[in-house]
Amino acid sequence: MAHNDFQGSLDLLVLKTLAQRGKLHGYGIVLHIQRASDELLRVEEGSLYPALHRMEQSKWINSEWALTDTNRKAKYYKLTAAGRKQLQEAEESFDQLVKGVRAMLKYA
Amino acid sequence: MPLLRRVVNLFSRSRVDRAIDAEIQSHIELRIEDNLAAGMSGAEARRDALLRFGNPAITRERVASADMALSLEIVWSDLRYAARRLRQSPGFVLAAVLTLALAIGSNAVVFSVMNALVLRPLNVPQAESLYALQHGNGTSGAESYPNYLDLRDRNRSFDGLVGYNVSKAGLDTGGNPSSAWIEEASGNYFDALGLEPYLGSFFHAADEHGANSAPYIVLTYACWHTRFQDDRTVVGRVVRVDGHPFTILGVGPPDFHGTLLFFAVDFFVPLVEDPLLNGDDLNARGSPFMFETMGRLKPGVTPAQAVADLNAIGANLQQTYPKDVGKMTFVLRSPGLYGDYLGRPVRAFMAGLMLLTGLILLAACANLGSLFAARAADRSREVALRLALGSSRTRILRALFTEAILISLAGGGVGLLGSVALLRALSAWRPFPSVPIQLAVNPDVKVYAVAVLLALATGLLFGAVPVRQVLQTNPYEVVKAGSGGRAGKRMSARDVLLAVQIAICAVLVTSSLVAVRGLVRSLHNHFGFEIENTIVASTDLSMSGYSPDRAPSMQKRMIEALEALPGVESVGLIDTLPLSTGGGDSIVFTDNTPDLRPTNAATDATMFLISPEYLHAAGTALLAGRAFTWQDDKNSPRVAVVNGEFARKLFGSAGNAVGHMYKLKDGTRVQVVGIAEDGKYNSLTEDPLPVMFLPILQSPSTSTVLVVRSREGENHAPQLLGTAMTNALRQLDTGMPLEIETRDKPMDVQLFGPRMATASLGVLGVMGAILSITGLFGMAAYSVGKRLKELGIRVALGATQLEVLRAALGRAFRLLAIGSFAGLLLGILAARVLAFIVFQATPRDPLVLAGVVLAMLLLGLVATWIPAQRALSIDPGRLLREE
Repeated sequence: MAHNDFQGSLDLLVLKTLAQRGKLHGYGIVLHIQRASDELLRVEEGSLYPALHRMEQSKWINSEWALTDTNRKAKYYKLTAAGRKQLQEAEESFDQLVKGVRAMLKYA
Repeated sequence: MPLLRRVVNLFSRSRVDRAIDAEIQSHIELRIEDNLAAGMSGAEARRDALLRFGNPAITRERVASADMALSLEIVWSDLRYAARRLRQSPGFVLAAVLTLALAIGSNAVVFSVMNALVLRPLNVPQAESLYALQHGNGTSGAESYPNYLDLRDRNRSFDGLVGYNVSKAGLDTGGNPSSAWIEEASGNYFDALGLEPYLGSFFHAADEHGANSAPYIVLTYACWHTRFQDDRTVVGRVVRVDGHPFTILGVGPPDFHGTLLFFAVDFFVPLVEDPLLNGDDLNARGSPFMFETMGRLKPGVTPAQAVADLNAIGANLQQTYPKDVGKMTFVLRSPGLYGDYLGRPVRAFMAGLMLLTGLILLAACANLGSLFAARAADRSREVALRLALGSSRTRILRALFTEAILISLAGGGVGLLGSVALLRALSAWRPFPSVPIQLAVNPDVKVYAVAVLLALATGLLFGAVPVRQVLQTNPYEVVKAGSGGRAGKRMSARDVLLAVQIAICAVLVTSSLVAVRGLVRSLHNHFGFEIENTIVASTDLSMSGYSPDRAPSMQKRMIEALEALPGVESVGLIDTLPLSTGGGDSIVFTDNTPDLRPTNAATDATMFLISPEYLHAAGTALLAGRAFTWQDDKNSPRVAVVNGEFARKLFGSAGNAVGHMYKLKDGTRVQVVGIAEDGKYNSLTEDPLPVMFLPILQSPSTSTVLVVRSREGENHAPQLLGTAMTNALRQLDTGMPLEIETRDKPMDVQLFGPRMATASLGVLGVMGAILSITGLFGMAAYSVGKRLKELGIRVALGATQLEVLRAALGRAFRLLAIGSFAGLLLGILAARVLAFIVFQATPRDPLVLAGVVLAMLLLGLVATWIPAQRALSIDPGRLLREE
């Protein structure tokens, strides 16, 4: 259960986003999570960045500065091989959490 | 790579910050763009973007801390922040650093001395296998030469058992005779110790062929340096030792100065030369006991096995020579301090010192505790604000610890520097110029390590004082209520500790003032002889090769030679100077004692051998009878001049003692012909001693001290007269070692104890004062800081400055008064103990009492100056507005 805290969930959302969309900047990640979750999950935008930098330190993702469609400079993040592995583990661990919580709720 | 990047980031903080800012900025801009596209107004779009993002400052901080997870950057910024904070409170820094420096410094000094005396072995290879032999029934390790030979040859436990003995000899290298300290050493000495010569060679066991068969000496490196100016051609040169020719074989290794730890000898002489130099009989098995022995244990032999081995030899010797050898058992001790003889007092002394410095450390810790608590109280508002603004508690705690560690490193550094300086001085210090006592206490790595560890440990300990406060701080409450804590009314444990500290400080101040006054008094007193206008010349004629029988005629010629000098009023001779190294003593009997057993002795009298003119030259008053004449010689009846105490002891009163007879130890009848005034002979603090003066012609001695009194008014420079004396005496014998000094110089030995006591009390007093000041300062600063608001209200309600001060510092001054009074009382009691060491030390002295009161007041003033300033400068309006 140790990894199934909120921070773990944010990591999972970010990693999954990057897996689905390839290269993306922080703002793009926020938008994607909102859209993909039908506006159910809203990330506090500022709190995304410490997570991004931490994951970069852990070498799950790497980054580079590039121009957006509107010609604005932004920092783009991309999944690494280690990040893919981490995503797989995080997904499994999240499944466990969901199953556990379901079972708990269904318990009569 | 990440570590490298972190390190690189460390030096380009702004670049990293800019990158983070740019990222955040780009996020917000992108959101604004979208908002504008969705139809918001410019202001609305920006406001919404910022709201959604949250606090960018906190985000930047968190991102930065994620980037520098290994926190090199944070350490650096913490350090800078701490340094900045500390610069704002120099009083606190000064007090804390001073306290720590004192504690660390004193511990480093004591640890070094202990390291040098107790922990560090002799300066020879594999010193750990060296053991000194000591008799099981006492603290002595002395052996006779035949016993030593048997022990050396018959034991199976030691690789070489060496004998050695420290002694004094005259050294004449050609026209410059002087006295030197020597170590007589057995032939196997250098080989068994495993030493290599720096120059030339050593003497060896094979060089010994019975008494006086090896006229060689080996110089110590230091002696070669100072007396022979590093002259490499000394090897093979012939010098005169006590007037006899000896050949210099070589020079010992640097840093080796003999086998006594704090005694530096000048050169080594083979033990077999002892009969020539000291007149001892090497073949006497029963006596004299003159040699210490030590040996290197063979590999695999335990000390217990060696002792059993030695004891077996001892038992056998006792059986074989029952007349000469008593019970002979052994214990092994570490070498270098004459076994337990010096080792035990040295260890006891060190234990005392360790205890003392431990107490200093404890007091320093208590003071640091209150200093840091005061600081934490001052900062509770700042801490609360930082917490409220989103700083993490870990970050705040880290800042506090960084400050504590900075302070402890500064304190440790200052303390260590001070102790190194002190130890250097101590190593170079020679308390008595004529005795080569020296302490090689240069600090080594161990000492530095201990000091740094101590500093860090105390720093971490006291950084921890405010931790609980930080963890419990509820930012909203503190910010709302302000720092309104009330100082407790009860005496806390810290208060008691502080009062005790002040009391100890007062004791030390009292005792050192008493000691100083006593010392000053003891320099201006009449001790049964005059100190003014007197120069003494000392030598031992045996060093120039005179036997006791030939000494008196030479001594008479020396006296006559000096009397002929211009400006000299009279010249007297005595064998040992009173109040210098002291006189010999001997038991005496009343004339009607038939049985001369020691238990029947009338008294044990101190004995001086003098020339006829001595009493006059020394300025010792003759109360009755006559002084000696040159006619009191071997052919005339034995006579004595005794002092008043002697007369009272033997004859009941001084008045009618002249003409009475008494018996010496050997039964010789002696007539008292004169009574001299009482004086001090062995120490300044002694009780009156019975003393007899005997004429040198009837009891000859080679030990010679010439007391020369110059004419009053004729203000002869002592140096000029001294040179004239040297020339006059050298004309009689060119090879005579001489020490010429003014009469007060030899008393240095006597004054050493009192001076040391006074100096150490002074040093301790200063330390105590510094600790008390920092302790009081911490306490006063704490109480002012805690009660700023209350004091402000008092000022607003019209309290006068005096009332404010009383409210702010009353407690500190109450503690000071209680502590000082208790300390003064204890100090007066302690002065009685001091009277054993320092002449006429008495606390019933208005100057001392006034001095103590003044010193303690000054101390209180210094300690409370800054807090008092702060309390007085309270601006109630500003305070109430801010709080």
